[in-house]
Amino acid sequence: MKKRTSVLGAVLVAVTVTALVAATAGTAAKQATIKAAWIYVAPHNDGGWSQAHDNGRLYVQKALGSQVKTTFKENIANGPQLEQTVASLVRDGNKIIFGTSFGFFSKKLAAKYPNVLFEQATGTDQAKNLSEYFGAAEDTIYLSGMAAGAASKTGVIGYVVPFAIPEVIRHANAFALGAQATHPGAKIKLIWTNAWFDPTKEKKAAESLKSAGADVLGQNVDSPAAGQYAESVGVPWVGYDNNASKFAPKSWLTAAVYNWGPYYLSRVKAAMAGTWKSGFYYGSIKDGFTSLAPYGPGVTASTKALIAKKKAALVAGSFYEFAGPLWDQSGKLRVAKGKKLSVTDLYAMNWLVKGVIGSPKG
Amino acid sequence: MNNSILVVVLASGVAYGTPLLFAALGELLAERSGVLNLGVEGMMLVGAVMGFWAVQRIGGPGGIALVLAVGVAALAGAAIALIHAFLVITLRASQIVSGLALTIFAGGAGLSSYLGNDLNLADAPARHAFQPVDVFGLQDAPVLGPIVFHQTALVYVSWVCVVAVALYLRQTRPGLNVRAVGESPQAADAVGINVARYRYAHTLAGGAFAGVGGACFSLALTPQWVDGLTGGAGWIAIALVIFAFWRPDLCLVGAYFFGAFQALPFALQARGVTVAPELFQALPYVMTVVVLVLVSSGIAKRRLGAPGALGLPYVREER
Repeated sequence: MKKRTSVLGAVLVAVTVTALVAATAGTAAKQATIKAAWIYVAPHNDGGWSQAHDNGRLYVQKALGSQVKTTFKENIANGPQLEQTVASLVRDGNKIIFGTSFGFFSKKLAAKYPNVLFEQATGTDQAKNLSEYFGAAEDTIYLSGMAAGAASKTGVIGYVVPFAIPEVIRHANAFALGAQATHPGAKIKLIWTNAWFDPTKEKKAAESLKSAGADVLGQNVDSPAAGQYAESVGVPWVGYDNNASKFAPKSWLTAAVYNWGPYYLSRVKAAMAGTWKSGFYYGSIKDGFTSLAPYGPGVTASTKALIAKKKAALVAGSFYEFAGPLWDQSGKLRVAKGKKLSVTDLYAMNWLVKGVIGSPKG
Repeated sequence: MNNSILVVVLASGVAYGTPLLFAALGELLAERSGVLNLGVEGMMLVGAVMGFWAVQRIGGPGGIALVLAVGVAALAGAAIALIHAFLVITLRASQIVSGLALTIFAGGAGLSSYLGNDLNLADAPARHAFQPVDVFGLQDAPVLGPIVFHQTALVYVSWVCVVAVALYLRQTRPGLNVRAVGESPQAADAVGINVARYRYAHTLAGGAFAGVGGACFSLALTPQWVDGLTGGAGWIAIALVIFAFWRPDLCLVGAYFFGAFQALPFALQARGVTVAPELFQALPYVMTVVVLVLVSSGIAKRRLGAPGALGLPYVREER
């Protein structure tokens, strides 16, 4: 009786493990000369952040063909699961591993595997074999905020945000400044979901923002759930990190997006050639790393013209959204006229600009 | 008035409580027959993914596609429940082990994820989704409008199900038999009730309800498919059954309470009230733990109305 139970349990567990392995390992091409791996915080086809990275992986695979074997691991949480994932990727012979979420890799982890090259998106830790990469999305998020401000009638815009960390705070600030550029005095209401990717929470946040008076929605989270809600209630929507217009064809305005592929390709190539060096890559609107997704039907010609002008100024360097004077929520002057925030300042930003309603502590 | 925080929270409590309600009703049916099924989360996810698959693939008018998709979700949930039923009723395996294994096997990183990838369902919006309907034109009525008269068809169906399950258990002969099987299978067997057949039927019905609960996510609340879409709702549903003292009417109250509770932090934030996010994220689970502790003692179990033979395999001639 009891024995039978445990045997059955073992069989079920075995079946489960097989299913797990089948479901999470994505592989390609045989007889490769280098193995490269990507680790995602959400599913590879999340319609947002992780999908954009996976498009980058596919770009590498396509460009290098049989010279590279790419792998990805999805739905990985920080902590023990991440460490196990890295250990198994190293065991499988991956020579370069891209961690695509904040806090995945540390100096300690890199030191544990000195023969593996680590690359982390959005972080700050650097080591001999740990490189950092990201891009000035604040510029393109500012431009997407301009589209949101222009679409708002009441001047109250809802913004769904994940975690209260500097990256997200600077994005929220850039969005608010952009919205205020086309809608002077616009208020940006924040709701923290405390998750990078959680469709149900994102939808609840969007509903709450609308009921609190927002007539345009934007987001710094990864799923298109807020957009689907916006579409169902006829409210304009600004996405983030992926062109998700198909989820809200009528409500879609635009989104700040990243082009990860070329960076990944250059790094994998460098790893193959043995010229890989640790660094801190901060892509920009200039080198095409960050850009705006195509506009939806709700963006007027005059708004497009305004955004195009601002974009040209950003590229030329004659405009920078985080140049003073800038005030915080309480009206205190934070950046004086003539001063500019550096990338280091941006990576430590812990205050919200004037007109943002919400707490910078989540 | 209808934008006041109370109305907003109660209205989303009903919307987000509905998947919990379906799943809890199903679990209640299974438990009343003496079968504890901890695989609710897995059954919900498989229901969600298959319901979504159906709505993407079935042609024809939206209404018909949605009804068929809900049917597919129910069948998918029941199919997963069949594994549990076979293991614990026919083979008399431990219900706890089998239920947990079911959740891992079918859950967020298992079968449901595999099906989603294999059928290529992610990264696309649902072709049709349940939208809130304006009942009797009362959606803007003060207070009750948004809460009662502006919900999706699934919400109204769930109300019918609550009444049907309550009447079935209380007023019909098969309902009486189920309760007998759950309380004392020996006695039920002695009067000629087929214990195994009743347990199979209600475990499968439980799976079907869980499947529909999952479909509430993929066809109404967040009409898309991603891994782990139900986000732990299955576990809350299991606690809810205990919380509701195994009564369908209290399942409804409890489901809406949990639903409202999960919506509250967002509504508060939108109105400028900052709350410790950790607190609100943890509270539903803390409450679940507290409820489970409170009811886990033997005396409490009998007082609260737990079926006497819950979790025990039935073997003829064995005591």
